[in-house]
Amino acid sequence: MTDEILLAFLTDFRPPWSEDLRRRVGAATDRFVRVDSLRIELQPFHAPERGQYHATLLLAELLRHRPPDAGHIVGITEVDLFIPVLTFVFGQAQLGGPGAVVSVMRLHADYYGLPADENLLLDRAVKEVVHELGHGFGLVHCPDYSCVMSSSTYVEEVDLKAERYCPDCLDLLSNLPETRESVV
Amino acid sequence: MKKPRIMIVDDEQSVRSSLREWFLEDGFEVETAEDGLDALKKLESGPFDLMIVDLKMPRMDGISLQRRLQEVDPAVTVVILTAFAAVDTAVEALKLGAFDYVTKPVDPDELSHTVRRALEQKRLTEENVRLREKVSELSASTPIIGGSPAMGHVMDLVGTVAETEASVVIRGESGTGKELVARAIHAASPRRFFPIVAVNCGAIPETLLESELFGHEKGAFTGAHYRRKGKIELANGGTLFLDEIGEIPPKMQVDLLRVLESHRFSRLGGTQEIESDFRLVCATNRNLEALVKEDAFREDLYYRINVFSIDLPPLRDRLEDIQLLTEHFVEKYSRSMGKPPKRMTEAAVELLQSYDWPGNVRELENAIERAMVVGQGNRIRPEDLPLRVEQDAVRPRDRSLEALERAHIARILREESGNVSQAARVLGIDRGTLYNKIKKYGIPSG
Repeated sequence: MTDEILLAFLTDFRPPWSEDLRRRVGAATDRFVRVDSLRIELQPFHAPERGQYHATLLLAELLRHRPPDAGHIVGITEVDLFIPVLTFVFGQAQLGGPGAVVSVMRLHADYYGLPADENLLLDRAVKEVVHELGHGFGLVHCPDYSCVMSSSTYVEEVDLKAERYCPDCLDLLSNLPETRESVV
Repeated sequence: MKKPRIMIVDDEQSVRSSLREWFLEDGFEVETAEDGLDALKKLESGPFDLMIVDLKMPRMDGISLQRRLQEVDPAVTVVILTAFAAVDTAVEALKLGAFDYVTKPVDPDELSHTVRRALEQKRLTEENVRLREKVSELSASTPIIGGSPAMGHVMDLVGTVAETEASVVIRGESGTGKELVARAIHAASPRRFFPIVAVNCGAIPETLLESELFGHEKGAFTGAHYRRKGKIELANGGTLFLDEIGEIPPKMQVDLLRVLESHRFSRLGGTQEIESDFRLVCATNRNLEALVKEDAFREDLYYRINVFSIDLPPLRDRLEDIQLLTEHFVEKYSRSMGKPPKRMTEAAVELLQSYDWPGNVRELENAIERAMVVGQGNRIRPEDLPLRVEQDAVRPRDRSLEALERAHIARILREESGNVSQAARVLGIDRGTLYNKIKKYGIPSG
């Protein structure tokens, strides 16, 4: 598996800050990162009774589109994601696996009735992508609230943390075994 | 640090797999089960810190599972997962002891918060039990008292061995305080924040000793209605104190040796291997070397347990400690009986110091307790002490004519309440002679 990370913007979503995202994710992970657009039909993953999209099934589909030269692929979408038992998820990854999906829908300030803020949205997107990649590298949640691997179940918690791994998580990263190849 | 173990019990595969991923990312060790029966089977792999249980499942639903859990593993914490429509049933689950319930689909923050609270409560409950045991241990325990060189040497040995992981055998006559020394070793060791678990191998019938030490699974034998942890498992992190190790039956010696070599064992009727990290301290009043020669005690077990040996002197060899011990027991029983402290009369002290104490410190403590109960006023007099003390007051090894004369004069003086003239008449000597003898032997006449 290569070290390269592919940030795949799904379907028609391609925000103006995609290049900033690439640069900042690269700095946080110390890996080569590229961005691309990926057309995946989202309708099959739509749950009409919830008005949301099934993150696990979408992740499985995303992995089928992972190019051989990408060690990790992160699908980034603007639709709201869920897993069956939870009301929503910001993102989902396989622990120690090559794939992850991140939704930016609940990262928008205006989702919470506040004025839109593209810089804040980018900050949050960077943290969520770096967080899910951390799971892909094999990291679990970190008790340090300022570490990007701390668990965030609401958006204010995302704002509290930095976009970098803390020294303990960096130590773990340098000792973790290679990632698994299994598909969701 | 050990990962918390969680089991997700839900008949929907998608719920199981998504929660599994969710909790894996949170650093849990995760097991899943598709219904109550499956969950009970998987519980055999070892204890779980938390179970997340769906209410509606085929074969065995959440309520039935929870009833069974109360029998099999009452310590497990349960969070109920329920559809909104089944909240009434969830309330029933709470009455059965579930920690809380969450409705599907659950807000991630609510789930995370509930799980954190459940684990915190479990941790606090376990800590509370441990601290209660510790407090009760501390309040019940008697400090080791003695200013004699012999006891000073014992305490030096305790200090030396406590910091190590070496197995210790404490030897001494009955009542010399072997368990106190074991507890002192534990209290001074790095394991002191975990329990010391004591088993009296001589007091438990052979058939029960195995279950006492190793624990048993439900149904392991007739009457085993519940799973029970054994003392070896309970001593995990702390010290296992095996009193009267010389009485342990031959079969158990083999089993014990195996545990000491690997620190792994299975409960009776169980197949799962359990690990327990304990330090072993044993005590005996038997001559283990002689038992080994007679083939009554395994030589390999002897070498395994006897890494360090501490010999406790009998009380008769440290008579200088009697006064300190007596003062300690008087104070102890004054407090526990709510009575003002009493003082020993010199005659009573004299009596205690002239006794042989075959039952050692335990016998002395019993004598003082009795004296505190029956004694009138604020003094303990010879007549308040147990009869046996009075009858045996002259130590067998001290049977010289002078010693007998001294004890006899002291007794008559006591019987005559210190009246020298009356005592002289009883003894058949004049008052002057008696005064001389009282002075010669240093007998308190008050």
